[in-house]
Amino acid sequence: MKTIVFIIQKEFRQIFRNKGMLPIIFVLPILQLLILSNAASFEVKNIAFSYIDHDHSNASKELISKFAASNYFKIIQEFDSKALANRAMQKGEIDVILEIPNHFERTLLKDKKTNLSLSINAIDGASAGIENVYITQIITSFNQKLQFQLIQYNDGKLVAHQNIVTIPSFWYNETLNYKTFMVPGILVLLVTMLTLFLSSMNIVREKEIGTLEQINVTPIKKYQFIIGKLFPFWVLGLAILSIGLAIAKLVFNIPILGNIGLIYLFTSVYLLVILGIGLIISNFTETQQQSMFVAWFFTVIFILMSGLFTPIESMPQWAQNITLFNPIRYFVEIVRIVLLKGATFSEISFQFFVIVLYAVILNGIAVWSYKKVS
Amino acid sequence: MKRFIGFVTKEFYHIFRDKRTMFILFGMPIAQIMLFGFAITNEINNVNIAILDQSKDTETQKIINTINASKYFDSMQEISHESEIENVFKKGKVKAVLVFEKDFIKNLETKKQAKVQVITDATDPNIANTITNYVNAILQNYTQQLNQEESTAYFIQTQTQLYYNPELKSVFNFVPGVMTVILMLVSAMMTSISITREKELGTMEVLLVSPLKPFQVIIGKVFPYIFLSIINATVIVLLGYFVFKMPIVGSIFLVAFESILFIVTALSLGILISTIANSQQTAMMISLFALMLPVIILSGFIFPISSMPLPLQIISNVIPAKWFIIIIKAVMLKGATLEVIWKETLILIGMTTFFIALSTKKYKIRLE
Repeated sequence: MKTIVFIIQKEFRQIFRNKGMLPIIFVLPILQLLILSNAASFEVKNIAFSYIDHDHSNASKELISKFAASNYFKIIQEFDSKALANRAMQKGEIDVILEIPNHFERTLLKDKKTNLSLSINAIDGASAGIENVYITQIITSFNQKLQFQLIQYNDGKLVAHQNIVTIPSFWYNETLNYKTFMVPGILVLLVTMLTLFLSSMNIVREKEIGTLEQINVTPIKKYQFIIGKLFPFWVLGLAILSIGLAIAKLVFNIPILGNIGLIYLFTSVYLLVILGIGLIISNFTETQQQSMFVAWFFTVIFILMSGLFTPIESMPQWAQNITLFNPIRYFVEIVRIVLLKGATFSEISFQFFVIVLYAVILNGIAVWSYKKVS
Repeated sequence: MKRFIGFVTKEFYHIFRDKRTMFILFGMPIAQIMLFGFAITNEINNVNIAILDQSKDTETQKIINTINASKYFDSMQEISHESEIENVFKKGKVKAVLVFEKDFIKNLETKKQAKVQVITDATDPNIANTITNYVNAILQNYTQQLNQEESTAYFIQTQTQLYYNPELKSVFNFVPGVMTVILMLVSAMMTSISITREKELGTMEVLLVSPLKPFQVIIGKVFPYIFLSIINATVIVLLGYFVFKMPIVGSIFLVAFESILFIVTALSLGILISTIANSQQTAMMISLFALMLPVIILSGFIFPISSMPLPLQIISNVIPAKWFIIIIKAVMLKGATLEVIWKETLILIGMTTFFIALSTKKYKIRLE
């Protein structure tokens, strides 16, 4: 027991004496959480809208004023020709072009039917889909109002339409605030990345510099060494999590509905999984460069497959099955449902036991693969 | 010159002998592109929803069938009481519940108005918003069919043209993004590590007392990575083109030129990091931990920049990746020429010059 305490002491000193690393460990995650959480939003607004009005009638002007009044659109420019507008779209200045044809109003009154043409920059397919919905909504409501006016004007008798009204209701996040969704997720990522990178580099570093040999010839036991190495990062992970949760509550006003103890319980096991992965990487690589690359490889894949930025439900089934092996996926899920929905232990027990199982297997491999002989 | 070639050869050996690093360097882009192409999408479909039908009449059944037929929604679970909603949401599978009011058909026929409540699990606001929009669109369509006869009067039809990506494939958005992230991180990380490594192991001293000039040492260090990054960029573009049928509308030479420019920008950032950091650990933490999330989030790769709050839109301007993504999308998908993107190109050149100037100023010939 005493040996372990000494190793832990050594490790903590090494962390706190490295003045170059301290700001990276403590300041950087906080800065990233504060800044990046504001940026991570799929909301589509300020759509760069432009139009070509060949008609210059009352109807066309009214339609355009509808777009100007909407919060989603920012009217950038009116163009005289389609060619000019296309060029601006190629430059990336605008994303939507609405072209109102000649005699738009006249055709509508005479033929009771008219056309509008719409061009959308669709490179980002998901945004384009939402833009299309917003535009259609504006045009439909304009159309309905027009029908109503014209029918009344023409023959005075009004046929009441059957109407199905949808009443949206957004649970757990009434204002559709993205920060509520993203802050817990980004916090999870920062804790994971920090502990994984540090732990995977740590032992390899001693290997590369040659100091591992010195430790190997001491009577320190394998398990003592590993516990001593990992304990500081485990504490560090929990510390960053606590700071992050405080920021989430105080700065971003994220609701904490569930029991915060559950988050800590889960995280303390989860960190063992991450540290175990770091240790395995450490054991199977020779240089810090290699270990960093391996850690990076897994982090990027874990992040992308975690459901943090993109929904898991939209993935094909085989990919959804792969995500079952992704520890970050469980952590993201847990933090979100406990904080935002107030889930209790029985609702997270599945994820919890998966993570416990993971921790046992990975740390088993880690201890087994660590050799005291180089 | 001969000395310099000798030095570059040494660097090449260093890299190519390290099999594990090589494997990851080349395996990474392929794995990521495949994941993005086949697995990851920010479209929303196959959503699980639950139905609470308090009316159970022919009309609600018809609506349920229509919704069921749409590709956006997957399985439908029937629930019988409002109190169950909370439960299905907490389990996490169901993202939305449709509630049909009592006497739906009666209200529709007599009052001419019937209500459907769309309750969504808005912990993910994106999914919640999109589902609501989809349901709205489906119901609007359905109502229009109900009122078919009257609504042919004064009807405005919109013809929508989707430019550059008519099938709305998300891979078109992701290929340029993944390419940027990989080039940025690999180039910056590799150079910053390889220089600090020599410092840490003490071999930098050997290089400094050698007759090689400092800039020759730097260029010699960077050269192999330019080469590697070009191979990576080529692999990504080829995968995009052949596997995902992503068109290259603009000039392939311009794509190559801009990619090399961006690689040089990232490498010079790596050199700058190495002049600041004195251990590999610090260098890696800066180039990975400090760069990874900002590059992914602030570059416009996943999240649209135009929707961010203004201060962040301003901050995003200092991320080189943002400019490269604009350039590469414009050239590859929109067929832009240099005349269209000269401004972005100049910004990248300016950033590169700045990084190089700053690192030359900070570069020390002597070790402390």
